[in-house]
Amino acid sequence: MSEAVHPVPHDGTDAEARPVFAEERRILGIAASTWPGIIAPIAIGIVMLAAWEAVVRIKGIPHYILPGPILIAQTLWSDWGTLSESLWITLRITFAALIAAITVGVSLAIIFTQSKWLEKSLFPYAVILQVTPVVSIAPLIIIWVGDINLSLLICAWIVAFFPILSNTILGLNSADHNLINLFQLYRASRWQTLRYLRLPAALPYFLGGLKISGGLALIGAVVAEFVAGTGGSASGLAYRILESGYRLQIPRMFAALLLISLSGIAIFFLTSWISYLLLRHWHESAIRREN
Amino acid sequence: MAVAAPSSRPLVSIRNVSKQFANGTLAIRGVDLDLRGGEFVSLLGPSGCGKSTLLRIIAGLGAPSAGTLDWPTAPHSAGGEPHPDLGFVFQDPTLMPWATALKNVMLPLTLSGVTRGEAEARSAEMLALVGLKGFETSYPRELSGGMKMRVSIARALVTHPKILLMDEPFAALDEITRHKLNDDLLALWWQNRFTAVFVTHSVFESVYLSQRIVVMAARPGRVMADLRSEAPYPRDELFRTSAEYAHLCRVASETLKQAIAA
Repeated sequence: MSEAVHPVPHDGTDAEARPVFAEERRILGIAASTWPGIIAPIAIGIVMLAAWEAVVRIKGIPHYILPGPILIAQTLWSDWGTLSESLWITLRITFAALIAAITVGVSLAIIFTQSKWLEKSLFPYAVILQVTPVVSIAPLIIIWVGDINLSLLICAWIVAFFPILSNTILGLNSADHNLINLFQLYRASRWQTLRYLRLPAALPYFLGGLKISGGLALIGAVVAEFVAGTGGSASGLAYRILESGYRLQIPRMFAALLLISLSGIAIFFLTSWISYLLLRHWHESAIRREN
Repeated sequence: MAVAAPSSRPLVSIRNVSKQFANGTLAIRGVDLDLRGGEFVSLLGPSGCGKSTLLRIIAGLGAPSAGTLDWPTAPHSAGGEPHPDLGFVFQDPTLMPWATALKNVMLPLTLSGVTRGEAEARSAEMLALVGLKGFETSYPRELSGGMKMRVSIARALVTHPKILLMDEPFAALDEITRHKLNDDLLALWWQNRFTAVFVTHSVFESVYLSQRIVVMAARPGRVMADLRSEAPYPRDELFRTSAEYAHLCRVASETLKQAIAA
Protein backbone atom coordinates (compact mmCIF):
# COMPACT_ATOMS: atom_id res chain seq x y z
CA MET A 1 0.00 0.00 0.00
CA SER A 2 1.17 3.50 -0.73
CA GLU A 3 0.81 4.47 2.93
CA ALA A 4 3.82 2.33 3.69
CA VAL A 5 5.86 3.86 0.87
CA HIS A 6 5.44 7.48 1.90
CA PRO A 7 6.08 8.85 5.32
CA VAL A 8 3.29 10.81 6.90
CA PRO A 9 4.18 14.51 6.61
CA HIS A 10 5.38 15.99 9.84
CA ASP A 11 3.04 18.93 10.22
CA GLY A 12 -0.36 17.47 9.61
CA THR A 13 -1.09 18.10 5.95
CA ASP A 14 -4.32 16.60 4.73
CA ALA A 15 -2.35 13.56 3.64
CA GLU A 16 -5.23 11.28 4.62
CA ALA A 17 -7.21 12.78 1.76
CA ARG A 18 -4.78 11.43 -0.81
CA PRO A 19 -6.17 8.91 -3.25
CA VAL A 20 -5.05 5.39 -2.46
CA PHE A 21 -3.86 3.19 -5.29
CA ALA A 22 -4.12 -0.39 -4.16
CA GLU A 23 -1.82 -3.03 -5.64
CA GLU A 24 -3.75 -5.89 -7.17
CA ARG A 25 -2.68 -9.55 -7.07
CA ARG A 26 -0.78 -10.49 -10.21
CA ILE A 27 -0.53 -13.79 -12.08
CA LEU A 28 2.38 -14.03 -14.56
CA GLY A 29 2.83 -10.28 -14.19
CA ILE A 30 -0.74 -9.54 -15.28
CA ALA A 31 -3.34 -8.28 -12.81
CA ALA A 32 -5.70 -11.03 -11.68
CA SER A 33 -8.80 -9.15 -12.86
CA THR A 34 -7.40 -8.87 -16.41
CA TRP A 35 -7.17 -12.61 -16.98
CA PRO A 36 -10.86 -13.30 -17.82
CA GLY A 37 -10.57 -10.63 -20.54
CA ILE A 38 -7.66 -12.56 -22.03
CA ILE A 39 -9.04 -16.08 -21.64
CA ALA A 40 -12.56 -15.37 -22.98
CA PRO A 41 -11.58 -14.27 -26.52
CA ILE A 42 -9.05 -17.11 -26.77
CA ALA A 43 -11.74 -19.64 -25.83
CA ILE A 44 -14.12 -18.17 -28.42
CA GLY A 45 -11.33 -18.36 -31.00
CA ILE A 46 -10.67 -22.03 -30.31
CA VAL A 47 -14.38 -22.87 -30.58
CA MET A 48 -14.70 -21.00 -33.88
CA LEU A 49 -11.60 -22.68 -35.36
CA ALA A 50 -12.90 -26.12 -34.33
CA ALA A 51 -16.29 -25.35 -35.93
CA TRP A 52 -14.55 -24.16 -39.11
CA GLU A 53 -12.45 -27.33 -39.33
CA ALA A 54 -15.52 -29.47 -38.68
CA VAL A 55 -17.60 -27.77 -41.41
CA VAL A 56 -14.76 -28.12 -43.95
CA ARG A 57 -14.35 -31.85 -43.19
CA ILE A 58 -18.03 -32.79 -42.91
CA LYS A 59 -19.07 -30.92 -46.08
CA GLY A 60 -15.93 -32.02 -47.91
CA ILE A 61 -15.19 -28.43 -49.10
CA PRO A 62 -12.18 -28.53 -51.47
CA HIS A 63 -9.12 -26.71 -50.13
CA TYR A 64 -8.96 -24.36 -53.16
CA ILE A 65 -12.34 -22.95 -52.05
CA LEU A 66 -11.95 -22.98 -48.26
CA PRO A 67 -9.04 -24.68 -46.50
CA GLY A 68 -9.46 -25.73 -42.87
CA PRO A 69 -7.37 -24.11 -40.12
CA ILE A 70 -5.18 -27.21 -39.77
CA LEU A 71 -4.22 -27.14 -43.46
CA ILE A 72 -3.52 -23.41 -43.18
CA ALA A 73 -1.25 -24.06 -40.21
CA GLN A 74 0.53 -26.81 -42.12
CA THR A 75 1.01 -24.48 -45.11
CA LEU A 76 2.32 -21.77 -42.83
CA TRP A 77 4.86 -24.29 -41.54
CA SER A 78 5.87 -25.75 -44.91
CA ASP A 79 6.01 -22.38 -46.75
CA TRP A 80 7.58 -20.53 -43.84
CA GLY A 81 10.74 -19.84 -45.83
CA THR A 82 8.95 -17.80 -48.52
CA LEU A 83 6.30 -16.37 -46.21
CA SER A 84 8.71 -15.21 -43.52
CA GLU A 85 10.77 -13.43 -46.14
CA SER A 86 7.64 -11.64 -47.36
CA LEU A 87 6.56 -10.91 -43.80
CA TRP A 88 9.92 -9.31 -43.13
CA ILE A 89 9.63 -7.13 -46.24
CA THR A 90 6.12 -5.97 -45.35
CA LEU A 91 7.08 -5.27 -41.74
CA ARG A 92 10.17 -3.36 -42.84
CA ILE A 93 8.10 -1.08 -45.07
CA THR A 94 5.45 -0.69 -42.36
CA PHE A 95 7.90 0.35 -39.67
CA ALA A 96 9.94 2.56 -41.97
CA ALA A 97 6.70 4.30 -42.97
CA LEU A 98 5.63 4.59 -39.33
CA ILE A 99 8.96 6.10 -38.32
CA ALA A 100 8.76 8.53 -41.24
CA ALA A 101 5.17 9.35 -40.24
CA ILE A 102 6.25 10.07 -36.65
CA THR A 103 9.21 12.20 -37.75
CA VAL A 104 7.31 14.23 -40.33
CA GLY A 105 4.04 14.34 -38.37
CA VAL A 106 5.59 15.57 -35.12
CA SER A 107 7.98 17.99 -36.88
CA LEU A 108 5.16 19.51 -38.93
CA ALA A 109 2.94 19.73 -35.84
CA ILE A 110 5.68 21.62 -33.97
CA ILE A 111 6.30 23.94 -36.92
CA PHE A 112 2.54 24.56 -37.29
CA THR A 113 2.11 25.48 -33.65
CA GLN A 114 5.04 27.89 -33.83
CA SER A 115 3.67 29.66 -36.87
CA LYS A 116 -0.04 30.07 -37.47
CA TRP A 117 0.69 31.20 -41.03
CA LEU A 118 2.54 28.04 -41.93
CA GLU A 119 -0.29 26.00 -40.45
CA LYS A 120 -2.90 27.92 -42.39
CA SER A 121 -0.98 27.56 -45.65
CA LEU A 122 0.08 23.92 -45.35
CA PHE A 123 -2.58 22.13 -43.32
CA PRO A 124 -5.17 22.00 -46.15
CA TYR A 125 -2.66 20.09 -48.26
CA ALA A 126 -2.10 17.60 -45.48
CA VAL A 127 -5.87 17.10 -45.43
CA ILE A 128 -5.96 16.62 -49.22
CA LEU A 129 -3.20 14.05 -48.94
CA GLN A 130 -5.19 12.28 -46.25
CA VAL A 131 -8.55 12.16 -48.03
CA THR A 132 -7.19 11.01 -51.39
CA PRO A 133 -7.41 7.20 -51.50
CA VAL A 134 -3.90 5.83 -51.61
CA VAL A 135 -4.94 3.21 -54.20
CA SER A 136 -5.62 5.98 -56.68
CA ILE A 137 -2.28 7.73 -56.30
CA ALA A 138 -0.09 4.67 -55.78
CA PRO A 139 0.39 4.01 -59.54
CA LEU A 140 1.54 7.62 -60.04
CA ILE A 141 3.96 7.41 -57.15
CA ILE A 142 5.37 4.15 -58.48
CA ILE A 143 5.89 5.71 -61.93
CA TRP A 144 7.46 8.89 -60.57
CA VAL A 145 9.66 7.39 -57.89
CA GLY A 146 10.85 4.37 -59.83
CA ASP A 147 12.28 2.46 -56.89
CA ILE A 148 9.52 0.11 -55.82
CA ASN A 149 10.42 -0.14 -52.13
CA LEU A 150 10.62 3.61 -51.81
CA SER A 151 7.26 3.94 -53.58
CA LEU A 152 5.64 1.52 -51.16
CA LEU A 153 7.19 3.38 -48.27
CA ILE A 154 5.80 6.70 -49.51
CA CYS A 155 2.32 5.22 -49.98
CA ALA A 156 2.29 3.72 -46.49
CA TRP A 157 3.61 6.99 -45.09
CA ILE A 158 0.84 9.03 -46.75
CA VAL A 159 -1.77 6.81 -45.12
CA ALA A 160 -0.07 6.80 -41.70
CA PHE A 161 1.10 10.31 -41.08
CA PHE A 162 -2.13 12.29 -40.79
CA PRO A 163 -3.44 10.95 -37.45
CA ILE A 164 -0.06 11.70 -35.89
CA LEU A 165 -0.01 15.19 -37.37
CA SER A 166 -3.53 16.18 -36.39
CA ASN A 167 -3.39 14.59 -32.94
CA THR A 168 -0.04 16.15 -32.12
CA ILE A 169 -1.26 19.59 -33.20
CA LEU A 170 -4.27 19.16 -30.92
CA GLY A 171 -1.99 18.03 -28.09
CA LEU A 172 0.49 20.88 -28.48
CA ASN A 173 -2.39 23.36 -28.30
CA SER A 174 -4.05 21.81 -25.27
CA ALA A 175 -1.53 22.69 -22.58
CA ASP A 176 -3.22 24.09 -19.44
CA HIS A 177 -3.65 27.85 -19.90
CA ASN A 178 -2.58 28.60 -16.35
CA LEU A 179 0.59 26.59 -16.93
CA ILE A 180 1.22 28.65 -20.07
CA ASN A 181 0.78 31.76 -17.89
CA LEU A 182 3.20 30.31 -15.38
CA PHE A 183 5.84 29.75 -18.06
CA GLN A 184 5.25 33.31 -19.26
CA LEU A 185 5.66 34.49 -15.67
CA TYR A 186 9.09 32.87 -15.49
CA ARG A 187 9.93 34.35 -18.89
CA ALA A 188 10.44 30.93 -20.46
CA SER A 189 11.71 30.95 -24.04
CA ARG A 190 9.66 29.41 -26.85
CA TRP A 191 11.97 26.46 -26.81
CA GLN A 192 11.59 25.98 -23.03
CA THR A 193 7.82 26.21 -23.27
CA LEU A 194 7.89 23.60 -26.02
CA ARG A 195 10.33 21.32 -24.24
CA TYR A 196 8.90 21.45 -20.73
CA LEU A 197 5.22 22.15 -21.36
CA ARG A 198 3.80 21.67 -24.84
CA LEU A 199 5.56 18.45 -25.76
CA PRO A 200 4.72 16.60 -22.51
CA ALA A 201 1.14 17.89 -22.73
CA ALA A 202 0.93 16.60 -26.31
CA LEU A 203 2.27 13.15 -25.46
CA PRO A 204 -1.09 11.42 -24.74
CA TYR A 205 -2.57 12.85 -27.94
CA PHE A 206 0.48 11.84 -29.97
CA LEU A 207 0.27 8.31 -28.58
CA GLY A 208 -3.41 8.15 -29.51
CA GLY A 209 -2.42 9.08 -33.05
CA LEU A 210 0.41 6.54 -33.02
CA LYS A 211 -2.00 3.71 -32.19
CA ILE A 212 -4.11 4.57 -35.24
CA SER A 213 -1.11 5.19 -37.48
CA GLY A 214 0.54 1.88 -36.60
CA GLY A 215 -2.37 -0.04 -38.09
CA LEU A 216 -2.68 2.40 -41.00
CA ALA A 217 0.99 2.03 -41.92
CA LEU A 218 0.49 -1.72 -42.31
CA ILE A 219 -2.71 -1.21 -44.33
CA GLY A 220 -0.92 1.37 -46.49
CA ALA A 221 2.02 -0.96 -47.11
CA VAL A 222 -0.27 -3.87 -48.07
CA VAL A 223 -2.59 -1.79 -50.27
CA ALA A 224 0.31 -0.16 -52.10
CA GLU A 225 1.86 -3.54 -52.73
CA PHE A 226 -1.42 -4.83 -54.18
CA VAL A 227 -1.32 -1.94 -56.62
CA ALA A 228 2.36 -2.40 -57.40
CA GLY A 229 2.05 -6.18 -57.69
CA THR A 230 5.79 -6.61 -57.81
CA GLY A 231 7.32 -9.94 -58.65
CA GLY A 232 10.81 -11.19 -58.15
CA SER A 233 12.79 -11.70 -55.02
CA ALA A 234 11.74 -8.79 -52.82
CA SER A 235 8.00 -9.27 -52.46
CA GLY A 236 5.85 -8.68 -49.41
CA LEU A 237 2.80 -10.50 -48.08
CA ALA A 238 0.35 -8.72 -50.38
CA TYR A 239 2.19 -10.07 -53.38
CA ARG A 240 2.07 -13.57 -51.88
CA ILE A 241 -1.71 -13.22 -51.63
CA LEU A 242 -2.00 -12.10 -55.27
CA GLU A 243 0.33 -14.86 -56.40
CA SER A 244 -1.53 -17.54 -54.41
CA GLY A 245 -4.78 -16.29 -55.93
CA TYR A 246 -3.47 -16.73 -59.49
CA ARG A 247 -2.19 -20.21 -58.68
CA LEU A 248 -5.23 -21.27 -56.64
CA GLN A 249 -2.96 -21.91 -53.62
CA ILE A 250 -5.72 -20.83 -51.27
CA PRO A 251 -4.18 -22.31 -48.09
CA ARG A 252 -1.12 -20.19 -48.72
CA MET A 253 -3.30 -17.14 -49.30
CA PHE A 254 -4.90 -17.72 -45.94
CA ALA A 255 -1.49 -18.19 -44.32
CA ALA A 256 -0.31 -14.83 -45.72
CA LEU A 257 -3.57 -13.22 -44.61
CA LEU A 258 -3.07 -14.66 -41.15
CA LEU A 259 0.43 -13.16 -40.99
CA ILE A 260 -0.91 -9.72 -41.96
CA SER A 261 -3.58 -9.91 -39.25
CA LEU A 262 -1.07 -11.07 -36.66
CA SER A 263 1.27 -8.24 -37.64
CA GLY A 264 -1.54 -5.73 -37.22
CA ILE A 265 -2.42 -7.13 -33.81
CA ALA A 266 1.24 -7.11 -32.76
CA ILE A 267 1.62 -3.48 -33.87
CA PHE A 268 -1.50 -2.53 -31.92
CA PHE A 269 -0.23 -4.20 -28.77
CA LEU A 270 3.22 -2.70 -29.21
CA THR A 271 1.88 0.85 -29.55
CA SER A 272 -0.57 0.32 -26.67
CA TRP A 273 2.24 -0.97 -24.50
CA ILE A 274 4.50 1.98 -25.35
CA SER A 275 1.59 4.28 -24.57
CA TYR A 276 1.00 2.60 -21.21
CA LEU A 277 4.69 2.77 -20.28
CA LEU A 278 4.88 6.48 -21.03
CA LEU A 279 1.62 7.50 -19.39
CA ARG A 280 1.18 5.12 -16.48
CA HIS A 281 2.39 7.61 -13.86
CA TRP A 282 0.16 10.48 -14.72
CA HIS A 283 -2.42 10.25 -17.46
CA GLU A 284 -6.03 9.34 -16.68
CA SER A 285 -6.16 6.91 -19.62
CA ALA A 286 -3.45 4.71 -18.10
CA ILE A 287 -4.76 4.78 -14.53
CA ARG A 288 -7.19 2.22 -13.18
CA ARG A 289 -10.11 3.62 -11.23
CA GLU A 290 -10.51 2.41 -7.67
CA ASN A 291 -14.26 2.07 -7.43
CA MET B 1 -8.44 49.59 11.99
CA ALA B 2 -7.26 52.79 10.44
CA VAL B 3 -6.57 53.96 6.92
CA ALA B 4 -3.08 52.88 5.94
CA ALA B 5 -0.43 55.56 6.06
CA PRO B 6 1.41 56.28 2.81
CA SER B 7 4.98 55.04 2.56
CA SER B 8 7.99 56.66 0.94
CA ARG B 9 9.51 53.74 -1.00
CA PRO B 10 6.93 51.11 -1.94
CA LEU B 11 7.97 47.85 -3.56
CA VAL B 12 5.24 48.15 -6.15
CA SER B 13 3.56 51.39 -7.05
CA ILE B 14 0.27 51.29 -8.96
CA ARG B 15 -1.01 54.58 -10.30
CA ASN B 16 -4.42 55.16 -11.87
CA VAL B 17 -4.45 51.70 -13.44
CA SER B 18 -7.42 50.67 -15.57
CA LYS B 19 -8.00 47.51 -17.56
CA GLN B 20 -10.50 47.16 -20.35
CA PHE B 21 -10.87 43.80 -22.02
CA ALA B 22 -11.21 43.33 -25.76
CA ASN B 23 -14.96 42.77 -25.40
CA GLY B 24 -15.33 46.23 -23.87
CA THR B 25 -15.71 45.17 -20.23
CA LEU B 26 -14.08 47.61 -17.86
CA ALA B 27 -12.50 45.21 -15.34
CA ILE B 28 -10.84 47.82 -13.12
CA ARG B 29 -10.85 51.60 -13.17
CA GLY B 30 -8.41 54.10 -11.72
CA VAL B 31 -6.73 51.90 -9.12
CA ASP B 32 -4.04 53.49 -6.93
CA LEU B 33 -2.17 51.11 -4.67
CA ASP B 34 1.26 50.93 -3.04
CA LEU B 35 2.62 47.61 -1.87
CA ARG B 36 5.38 47.93 0.69
CA GLY B 37 8.17 45.46 1.27
CA GLY B 38 7.31 42.62 3.63
CA GLU B 39 3.66 43.42 4.23
CA PHE B 40 0.76 40.99 4.02
CA VAL B 41 -2.03 42.51 1.93
CA SER B 42 -5.38 40.99 1.05
CA LEU B 43 -7.44 42.08 -1.90
CA LEU B 44 -11.00 41.48 -0.70
CA GLY B 45 -14.08 41.84 -2.82
CA PRO B 46 -17.08 40.22 -4.47
CA SER B 47 -16.63 38.28 -7.68
CA GLY B 48 -16.28 40.55 -10.67
CA CYS B 49 -14.51 43.30 -8.71
CA GLY B 50 -11.32 42.85 -10.74
CA LYS B 51 -9.14 41.63 -7.87
CA SER B 52 -7.74 38.79 -9.95
CA THR B 53 -7.25 41.13 -12.90
CA LEU B 54 -5.32 43.52 -10.66
CA LEU B 55 -3.18 40.65 -9.39
CA ARG B 56 -2.38 39.56 -12.94
CA ILE B 57 -1.41 43.10 -13.87
CA ILE B 58 0.99 43.20 -10.92
CA ALA B 59 2.34 39.84 -12.10
CA GLY B 60 2.94 41.24 -15.58
CA LEU B 61 0.53 38.74 -17.14
CA GLY B 62 -1.29 41.51 -18.94
CA ALA B 63 -0.50 45.18 -19.38
CA PRO B 64 -2.94 47.77 -17.98
CA SER B 65 -5.01 49.66 -20.55
CA ALA B 66 -4.15 52.89 -18.75
CA GLY B 67 -2.01 53.96 -15.80
CA THR B 68 1.40 52.81 -14.61
CA LEU B 69 2.93 50.00 -12.62
CA ASP B 70 6.39 50.62 -11.16
CA TRP B 71 8.87 48.77 -9.01
CA PRO B 72 10.68 51.79 -7.47
CA THR B 73 13.19 49.77 -5.42
CA ALA B 74 13.81 47.05 -7.99
CA PRO B 75 13.28 48.34 -11.51
CA HIS B 76 13.59 45.81 -14.28
CA SER B 77 14.46 46.48 -17.86
CA ALA B 78 11.62 44.89 -19.82
CA GLY B 79 8.55 47.09 -19.27
CA GLY B 80 5.25 45.18 -19.14
CA GLU B 81 7.12 41.88 -18.75
CA PRO B 82 6.80 39.84 -15.56
CA HIS B 83 9.19 41.05 -12.87
CA PRO B 84 11.91 38.47 -12.12
CA ASP B 85 11.30 38.80 -8.38
CA LEU B 86 7.80 37.42 -8.04
CA GLY B 87 6.04 34.18 -7.33
CA PHE B 88 2.47 33.37 -8.31
CA VAL B 89 0.00 30.87 -6.88
CA PHE B 90 -3.07 30.20 -8.99
CA GLN B 91 -6.52 29.25 -7.78
CA ASP B 92 -5.84 25.71 -9.00
CA PRO B 93 -2.56 24.05 -8.06
CA THR B 94 -1.59 24.22 -11.77
CA LEU B 95 0.97 21.46 -11.55
CA MET B 96 2.40 19.57 -14.48
CA PRO B 97 0.71 16.15 -14.13
CA TRP B 98 3.60 14.36 -15.87
CA ALA B 99 6.19 15.62 -13.39
CA THR B 100 6.87 14.59 -9.80
CA ALA B 101 6.39 17.04 -6.92
CA LEU B 102 10.13 17.74 -6.92
CA LYS B 103 10.26 18.37 -10.69
CA ASN B 104 7.28 20.68 -10.39
CA VAL B 105 8.99 22.75 -7.71
CA MET B 106 12.22 22.75 -9.76
CA LEU B 107 10.51 24.32 -12.77
CA PRO B 108 11.25 28.03 -12.08
CA LEU B 109 14.89 27.16 -11.36
CA THR B 110 15.19 24.96 -14.46
CA LEU B 111 13.73 27.74 -16.60
CA SER B 112 16.21 30.28 -15.25
CA GLY B 113 19.15 28.00 -15.99
CA VAL B 114 20.07 26.84 -12.47
CA THR B 115 22.06 23.59 -12.64
CA ARG B 116 20.14 20.40 -12.05
CA GLY B 117 21.92 19.47 -8.83
CA GLU B 118 21.40 22.86 -7.22
CA ALA B 119 17.79 23.03 -8.42
CA GLU B 120 17.10 19.60 -6.91
CA ALA B 121 18.66 20.52 -3.58
CA ARG B 122 16.86 23.84 -3.28
CA SER B 123 13.53 22.32 -4.35
CA ALA B 124 13.81 19.43 -1.90
CA GLU B 125 14.52 21.97 0.84
CA MET B 126 11.48 24.02 -0.15
CA LEU B 127 9.25 20.93 -0.27
CA ALA B 128 10.38 20.11 3.28
CA LEU B 129 9.54 23.68 4.34
CA VAL B 130 5.94 23.31 3.15
CA GLY B 131 5.66 19.99 5.00
CA LEU B 132 6.09 17.59 2.10
CA LYS B 133 9.36 15.93 2.96
CA GLY B 134 9.20 12.37 1.60
CA PHE B 135 6.83 13.24 -1.24
CA GLU B 136 9.50 14.32 -3.73
CA THR B 137 8.80 11.44 -6.12
CA SER B 138 5.00 11.57 -5.83
CA TYR B 139 3.02 12.59 -8.88
CA PRO B 140 0.30 15.24 -8.48
CA ARG B 141 -2.47 12.64 -8.90
CA GLU B 142 -1.13 10.83 -5.84
CA LEU B 143 -1.48 13.95 -3.68
CA SER B 144 -4.53 15.42 -1.96
CA GLY B 145 -5.88 18.85 -2.84
CA GLY B 146 -4.11 20.53 0.08
CA MET B 147 -0.82 18.83 -0.70
CA LYS B 148 -1.00 19.88 -4.34
CA MET B 149 -1.50 23.45 -3.19
CA ARG B 150 1.56 23.10 -0.94
CA VAL B 151 3.60 21.98 -3.96
CA SER B 152 2.29 25.02 -5.81
CA ILE B 153 3.36 27.32 -2.95
CA ALA B 154 6.77 25.64 -2.78
CA ARG B 155 7.21 26.23 -6.50
CA ALA B 156 6.30 29.91 -6.10
CA LEU B 157 8.74 30.37 -3.21
CA VAL B 158 11.68 28.33 -4.50
CA THR B 159 13.18 31.37 -6.24
CA HIS B 160 12.92 33.36 -2.97
CA PRO B 161 10.79 36.07 -4.59
CA LYS B 162 10.37 39.52 -3.05
CA ILE B 163 6.64 39.29 -3.63
CA LEU B 164 4.23 36.37 -3.58
CA LEU B 165 0.97 36.85 -5.47
CA MET B 166 -1.87 34.46 -4.59
CA ASP B 167 -5.15 34.24 -6.48
CA GLU B 168 -7.73 32.68 -4.12
CA PRO B 169 -5.36 29.76 -3.60
CA PHE B 170 -7.37 27.96 -0.93
CA ALA B 171 -10.89 28.62 -2.21
CA ALA B 172 -11.39 25.04 -3.40
CA LEU B 173 -10.18 23.38 -0.19
CA ASP B 174 -12.20 22.22 2.78
CA GLU B 175 -12.21 24.43 5.87
CA ILE B 176 -9.89 22.30 8.01
CA THR B 177 -7.28 22.11 5.28
CA ARG B 178 -7.71 25.80 4.53
CA HIS B 179 -7.08 26.80 8.16
CA LYS B 180 -3.98 24.61 8.26
CA LEU B 181 -2.66 26.11 5.04
CA ASN B 182 -3.42 29.63 6.30
CA ASP B 183 -1.28 28.94 9.37
CA ASP B 184 1.54 27.42 7.34
CA LEU B 185 1.44 30.30 4.86
CA LEU B 186 1.72 32.80 7.71
CA ALA B 187 4.66 30.86 9.16
CA LEU B 188 6.43 30.90 5.80
CA TRP B 189 5.74 34.61 5.40
CA TRP B 190 6.92 35.35 8.96
CA GLN B 191 10.19 33.48 8.38
CA ASN B 192 10.94 34.76 4.89
CA ARG B 193 9.41 38.24 4.95
CA PHE B 194 8.33 38.43 1.36
CA THR B 195 5.51 40.76 0.41
CA ALA B 196 2.32 38.74 0.23
CA VAL B 197 -0.65 39.78 -1.89
CA PHE B 198 -3.60 37.51 -1.24
CA VAL B 199 -6.77 37.66 -3.31
CA THR B 200 -9.84 36.31 -1.50
CA HIS B 201 -13.57 36.76 -1.22
CA SER B 202 -13.57 35.55 2.38
CA VAL B 203 -13.68 38.24 5.06
CA PHE B 204 -12.49 35.76 7.71
CA GLU B 205 -9.53 34.58 5.70
CA SER B 206 -8.42 38.12 4.89
CA VAL B 207 -8.71 39.25 8.52
CA TYR B 208 -6.88 36.20 9.83
CA LEU B 209 -3.97 36.61 7.44
CA SER B 210 -3.45 40.26 6.70
CA GLN B 211 -1.96 43.46 8.02
CA ARG B 212 -3.86 45.33 5.40
CA ILE B 213 -7.13 44.64 3.61
CA VAL B 214 -7.84 46.41 0.35
CA VAL B 215 -11.60 46.23 -0.16
CA MET B 216 -12.73 46.40 -3.76
CA ALA B 217 -16.10 47.03 -5.41
CA ALA B 218 -17.38 45.66 -8.70
CA ARG B 219 -18.58 47.02 -12.04
CA PRO B 220 -16.21 48.63 -12.63
CA GLY B 221 -13.62 47.14 -10.26
CA ARG B 222 -12.17 49.81 -7.99
CA VAL B 223 -10.62 50.22 -4.56
CA MET B 224 -13.21 51.23 -1.93
CA ALA B 225 -11.20 51.10 1.29
CA ASP B 226 -7.75 50.33 2.59
CA LEU B 227 -8.07 48.83 6.09
CA ARG B 228 -5.22 48.21 8.46
CA SER B 229 -5.03 45.55 11.16
CA GLU B 230 -2.68 45.99 14.12
CA ALA B 231 -3.20 42.48 15.47
CA PRO B 232 0.21 41.02 16.25
CA TYR B 233 1.82 37.96 14.68
CA PRO B 234 2.28 35.08 15.05
CA ARG B 235 -1.46 34.49 14.85
CA ASP B 236 -3.00 31.16 15.72
CA GLU B 237 -6.30 29.48 16.66
CA LEU B 238 -6.53 31.73 19.74
CA PHE B 239 -6.61 34.77 17.49
CA ARG B 240 -9.49 33.21 15.56
CA THR B 241 -11.62 33.23 18.73
CA SER B 242 -10.44 36.58 20.09
CA ALA B 243 -12.55 39.71 20.46
CA GLU B 244 -10.08 41.60 18.29
CA TYR B 245 -10.61 39.14 15.44
CA ALA B 246 -14.37 39.41 15.79
CA HIS B 247 -14.14 43.22 15.75
CA LEU B 248 -11.90 43.25 12.68
CA CYS B 249 -14.26 40.85 10.89
CA ARG B 250 -17.20 43.12 11.66
CA VAL B 251 -15.39 46.19 10.32
CA ALA B 252 -14.26 44.36 7.18
CA SER B 253 -17.75 42.92 6.64
CA GLU B 254 -19.36 46.34 6.97
CA THR B 255 -16.89 47.81 4.50
CA LEU B 256 -17.45 44.95 2.08
CA LYS B 257 -21.20 45.40 2.37
CA GLN B 258 -20.85 49.08 1.52
CA ALA B 259 -18.57 48.17 -1.37
CA ILE B 260 -21.16 45.75 -2.74
CA ALA B 261 -23.95 48.32 -2.32
CA ALA B 262 -21.91 51.07 -3.95
